[in-house]
Amino acid sequence: MSILELNDVHAYYGKIHALKGVSLTVEKGEIVSLIGGNGAGKTTTLRTICALMRPTVGSVTFNGENLERYKPSALTAKGIAMVPEGRGVFARMTVLENLEMGAFHRKDKEIGDDIDRIYELFPRLKERRTQLAGTMSGGEQQMLAMGRAMMSRPSLLLLDEPSMGLAPVLVEAIFSTIVDINKQGTTVLLVEQNALMALNIADRGYVLQTGAIALSDSAKALQQNEMVQKVYLGIE
Amino acid sequence: MTLTQRLRGIDWISAALWVFRAVIIILVIVGTVRKLFLGVGTQYTTQDWLDFISSGLSQGGLYALIALGYTMVYGVLFMINFAHGEFFMSGALTSTMLVASTLSRSGFMNEQPIIYLVIVTVAAVLTSMAVALLTERVAYRPLRRAPRLVPLITAIGASFFWQYFFRGLFGSEIKPFPVPAILEGWITIAGITFLKVRFVTLVASLIALILLYLFIMKTKTGKAIRAVAEDKDVATLMGIDVDRTIAMTFAVGAGMAGIAAILWALVFRQAHFYMGFVPGIKAFTAAVLGGIGSIPGAALGGLFLGLIEAVGPPLFLEGLGIPAAHQLKDVTAFTLLVLILIFRPQGIIGERLAEKKA
Repeated sequence: MSILELNDVHAYYGKIHALKGVSLTVEKGEIVSLIGGNGAGKTTTLRTICALMRPTVGSVTFNGENLERYKPSALTAKGIAMVPEGRGVFARMTVLENLEMGAFHRKDKEIGDDIDRIYELFPRLKERRTQLAGTMSGGEQQMLAMGRAMMSRPSLLLLDEPSMGLAPVLVEAIFSTIVDINKQGTTVLLVEQNALMALNIADRGYVLQTGAIALSDSAKALQQNEMVQKVYLGIE
Repeated sequence: MTLTQRLRGIDWISAALWVFRAVIIILVIVGTVRKLFLGVGTQYTTQDWLDFISSGLSQGGLYALIALGYTMVYGVLFMINFAHGEFFMSGALTSTMLVASTLSRSGFMNEQPIIYLVIVTVAAVLTSMAVALLTERVAYRPLRRAPRLVPLITAIGASFFWQYFFRGLFGSEIKPFPVPAILEGWITIAGITFLKVRFVTLVASLIALILLYLFIMKTKTGKAIRAVAEDKDVATLMGIDVDRTIAMTFAVGAGMAGIAAILWALVFRQAHFYMGFVPGIKAFTAAVLGGIGSIPGAALGGLFLGLIEAVGPPLFLEGLGIPAAHQLKDVTAFTLLVLILIFRPQGIIGERLAEKKA
């Protein structure tokens, strides 16, 4: 059984038909990349998975269960976490408070241990734990947003453009952390415009064009694909 | 840049505003000097001035408590809840009619004054919360995605609805609020004499403000309210139920208004269906003064407004030779509101909106 399955999902922003029948699957343990240009519907796809938007047609199933009947706020407890586009850290809360918000639904006693684990993953966050998140650099905010998402102990992590606006060195670091997180057992669905990096770490990939899946294959095959090379990798 | 070049760069509107600013400041200074050093108007003793200050601060504490409701709701919804004064009124009136008058008639009030105060306060807080939750659920929640003007108009409608609902329920005459005998008279602390009820009001509102601040900063619910105020979508992703948190915000704000309602009734010894209007507008002024959306801002704005209202008229208005200046405290308050909106729309410690919405 796939951990995530989108079946013919259509979604609208008002009258704009943003998703026109998106179907994709993510298997447990994979890193799947969803690449595409501006306005292709990448963020909309993630928002539909998190139930921040509901599909008008089609279904989203998580571990075989249709998510339709759950409130969006209930999905964190089911094991879905998202790092939103633009990071979405709570700027007027401290780093530590941001991490605690990630564990909002949890009532167990291991929250403190998990915070220590996040500090190990991102030592910079530990140095800045009492600082307001809004005062940190873009890279630090990205680390915080990822750490915060991990605090909910997700089985599926959705990442929306984690490389956006970051220096190349930081992008490398963020992507290697994504690989680490995946190795520790979290399935990853990665949305990226930086197709080169995204396909490098992914097992499989989908190419989204104007609200529909244009291509789907293993990441290696996509890297060799002529259209992908031309449009997304900039290879002539 | 030469002086003439700089002068030419200033357009006439900002020049007019500078003149306006200067005139106001000069009037305040001239009035104060004439009052204090030239002996214009009534002569006040030191005790009189201390009275003005202490009653101003205790009134300010009440404004601060009510202002919290405006500022917290604005924080999560970017909406001015003009029905908030009615949450305040509903608590005071219901508690007076159903609880306070019964307990005073039976004699319980003066036998157990502390327990009496606790009971009437709890009754007021619960009523205010219930009215707020009902208003939020029925009138505001369905309009969550409507343009921002729509809930604003609805709030004004809700305000009228509650006024006439409570008038229909309890009648339109002014109801006396029974005050226990222990709160009568004066108290002397550190050589300064206070009206007892004013002192209790100030202390109680300061305690409530501090407890609320701790609640918002330290508890899980408080953090959820802050998260929702920052970003509703991301708060949802954290597993926070946004609708419940917004309802919680209304309830907490209304609870503070309920506490203020009883303190208000203790000071003014009465309750009626229209009593929410002026305190509501004043507290809104206080919230804007401090910087709407900011909790410490609401507290500071409230205390500052109360102080200016009490001290301003006898100090600089009388000094300017205005007769019966003590009747002009509302003018002072609302002039201050206009000045703040012109010169410092983000309030005393508020942040610039552009930063918040970005």
